[in-house]
Amino acid sequence: MPYERIKFYQTGSFAAGNRLLPEDLHSIQSSEARANALTCGHRACQGCGEALGARYALDAVMRATKGKLIAVNATGCLEVFSTPFPETSWQIAWLHSLFGNAPAVASGVAAALKAMGRTDVRVVAQGGDGGTVDIGMACLSGMFERDDDVFYICYDNQAYMNTGVQRSGATPPAARTATTPAVGPEPGNNFGQGKNVPLIAMAHEIPYVATATVADLRDLEYKATRAMDFHGARYLHILVPCPLGWGSSPADTIKVARLATESGLFPVFEAEAGQVTGATPIRRRVPVTDYLRLQARYAHLFRPEERTDVIARIQASADRNIARFGLLNDHKTSHPERVRLAPAPHHDSAEAR
Amino acid sequence: MLKQIEGSRAVAEAVAACRPQVICAYPITPQTHIVEALGALVKSGELNASFMNVESEFAAMSAVIGASAAGARAYTATASQGLLYMSEAVYNAAGLGLPVVMTVANRAIGAPINIWNDHSDAMSQRDAGWIQLYAETNQEAADLHVQAFRIAEVLSNPVMVCMDGFLLTHASERVDLPSQGQVDAFLPHYEPRQVLDPADPVSIGAMVGPEAFTEVRYLAAERMRQALGLIPTVAASFAGQFGRPTGGLVRPYRTEDAELIVVALGSVLGTIKDAVDELRDDGIRAGALGITTFRPFPVQAVREALDGASATTTGRPRRLVVIERALAPGSDGIVTADLRAALSAPDGRPPHPRATIISTVVAGLGGRAVTRKSLLAMLASAARGDLLPFSFLDLRPDLIEAELARMRAARRSGPSAENMLRDLSATAPGALG
Amino acid sequence: MFQVRFHGRGGQGVVTAAELLASAAFREDRYAQAFPSFGSERMGAPVTSFCRIDDRPIRTHEPVTDPDVLLIQDPTLLHQADLFAGLKPGGYVLLNSTRSFGELGLAEFAARRDSDRLRTLPAANLAMAHLGRPLPGAPMLGGLAALTGVVGLDAVLAAIAERFTGKVAAGNAVAARAAFEFVAAEQATEQPKEKADA
Repeated sequence: MPYERIKFYQTGSFAAGNRLLPEDLHSIQSSEARANALTCGHRACQGCGEALGARYALDAVMRATKGKLIAVNATGCLEVFSTPFPETSWQIAWLHSLFGNAPAVASGVAAALKAMGRTDVRVVAQGGDGGTVDIGMACLSGMFERDDDVFYICYDNQAYMNTGVQRSGATPPAARTATTPAVGPEPGNNFGQGKNVPLIAMAHEIPYVATATVADLRDLEYKATRAMDFHGARYLHILVPCPLGWGSSPADTIKVARLATESGLFPVFEAEAGQVTGATPIRRRVPVTDYLRLQARYAHLFRPEERTDVIARIQASADRNIARFGLLNDHKTSHPERVRLAPAPHHDSAEAR
Repeated sequence: MLKQIEGSRAVAEAVAACRPQVICAYPITPQTHIVEALGALVKSGELNASFMNVESEFAAMSAVIGASAAGARAYTATASQGLLYMSEAVYNAAGLGLPVVMTVANRAIGAPINIWNDHSDAMSQRDAGWIQLYAETNQEAADLHVQAFRIAEVLSNPVMVCMDGFLLTHASERVDLPSQGQVDAFLPHYEPRQVLDPADPVSIGAMVGPEAFTEVRYLAAERMRQALGLIPTVAASFAGQFGRPTGGLVRPYRTEDAELIVVALGSVLGTIKDAVDELRDDGIRAGALGITTFRPFPVQAVREALDGASATTTGRPRRLVVIERALAPGSDGIVTADLRAALSAPDGRPPHPRATIISTVVAGLGGRAVTRKSLLAMLASAARGDLLPFSFLDLRPDLIEAELARMRAARRSGPSAENMLRDLSATAPGALG
Repeated sequence: MFQVRFHGRGGQGVVTAAELLASAAFREDRYAQAFPSFGSERMGAPVTSFCRIDDRPIRTHEPVTDPDVLLIQDPTLLHQADLFAGLKPGGYVLLNSTRSFGELGLAEFAARRDSDRLRTLPAANLAMAHLGRPLPGAPMLGGLAALTGVVGLDAVLAAIAERFTGKVAAGNAVAARAAFEFVAAEQATEQPKEKADA
């Protein structure tokens, strides 16, 4: 009998619960056994990138630590929308102290656990870009320099969103914020380049540094899991679009994040002890304008007239990232193979502390 | 065990005996000897604790917050600028109800920068919700730390032990150091009221809106009220176990029949007591009231101590002189304000039978020595009735006049501190270092 | 109460000397208080320290304004500041020098005081000889013990042994004893003199 051979290709994203994938490549979110560390009922905006990223990151860490986790949270959107008194969305041991001290508080928790002989319990500290790159920078650097056993996660939406979208040290060039308004001859953020904390973290030569976005949630889970293979200071920087602050559609959050990586503006990579160990290649490069056009915070670059000078500078920075991290090189580390949620080879930077 | 020992070292030994599990260290004069001594004890293995060298005082208090929330007994020390730098976290610790203990080696706050002793640092945090204890001697400084951990942990409220920078921290005195066995018997294992435990997770540090904030803060006030009862109990228990009276709310000295009472905090009380004895020898009925617990302010204990100074038949008014070791510009005395409120506290008891005249004397700012000679001259003036309601001890009016004249003469008169220092060195008669 | 004031320069062990004296007094079951005049520490800058000794607890925390004894470890301070301010009538002065009071330009000062209360002592030399470093503190204390008797030599030696170890302890102890004997000898040969008219 004649037959026609048909090949089935996996298309679409590796979303939760894709039945065509082997078990070990399923997203943690697809498992009923997931921790739901940040459970439903929180007050995040529709389309909030941070809520999405935090859920994926923390459940990955909870799985890696078998639930033996203490989280320290800086003041910010995540803290505010997750704990409106008298309710909390957190189903894990969670502490919020101040805006600028999450790394130091987490270091103290780690020191206490060590003193009490509880080396089985691990510590995560998390905050937004404001609490990380600006007001928390001294504490973060101190934690890095001491190599305290804390995994720090920065959810970067590139401005102080919780207080009304003010410019932070992570705000990229030309972006509109409440304190860098789109008025005058140089509208938007016309000074500063945005502090590159992943590179600062690498300069401290801590065991593990990585970047990720909510466009590639499997990669995010992988990196959060990978970080827990190490002891000492670890840092994960996640790009999390904020529809409200960026002026993008809530439905576009993941798309905008993908355009950030595919344009080269946000390089996705890993580093150990100050050396880049791998980068996610750009699959289909796009010009930065594809990314900028989706966000009202850049609208002034296109109307009333197109600011080709500013756009060129932004494009140049994307080009520099591509060159610096080899994002268009022919990498062996193709994407699906790198997403390995089974235990990775043991890569402690030192004996377990 | 009796030792001739530097105050800082005595405190370090006492704190070590309390078995702290996390110690955070950031250096600032004049507390450095305390954390250095503790660091040495940890490094040598004599003290089993995590010793963190943090990058700022803000980080120090933050790390202590994290450690305490995780269930560990936590400690740090600071002074002056450092206390201000961690102020946000100081309030945070009290608001969260974490039983941390901190030594404040009292030092002036700049500008102008000054490393010497006064109380402006601790006074700046008096509303933060911490219990504030002031040590009169190095013996008391050591003992108060032992009591502080117990008070803090029973109440779930942080405690600040204040000891005068240099005057106590850098003075070698005779101290009976509490032994490990004595402290273990006095200070039980820390049982937290709230703790970060993955097996029983809770969220600590939630945002609280108008619907519940008042009630949460009411509980902070309630803890202070409970402290008023607990502190004397702990002091009595300490006296019973260690055999010496340390701590408590107030310490009256010869106040029973006193007509002239000096009210003060900290090490200056020692010099004041010498002055009181001399006045008594001269027939003046003088006394002193030491305030050991400044927060909560011991209203009842102060009233009782001053009521004990019974009326005389002479009909002469009773005089209180309050020695302020800090200046609150724009107000007439920090301790004075609390004292006045205490004396007029509406508690249903009849008002005091005799008129009381209260004089405020700002003394010893930025480390200027408070001498017995100056105290005696000032108290003689008080006894005569010609002491101003508010004055500075040993003020140099000539320096002030010169600067005011400069300011009247020119708009750009320059930085006052610089100008006065130049005047000072020009007029100084080869003074000693 | 017996009050001692030490003068020297940063790095000469002025503060340590005060603490050692307090420690010696403690060993003799007396109350003692030792403290420096506080300032930013710099090598070579003038430093003053104090020690009070009493049989009752010492309560005061003011600086020592009227000392019973002055120990001057560095004679180069002599004409830069009034080191003698407040010295009680009948007070003692022990000065680290190989020269006499007259040779140091202090004849007028010395004339107003009891000569058996003023001594110079080659403390730095003794320290160099026995310790190998010009740290005059220990010999000055040995000299103080002989001059005033406020503490005994044994107490001073015990304080040194507790504070230092090995060769440093041994060297300091020998220097202290040598200084004690030096001053004791001078005291013995001194005839009680009429105080010269000023």
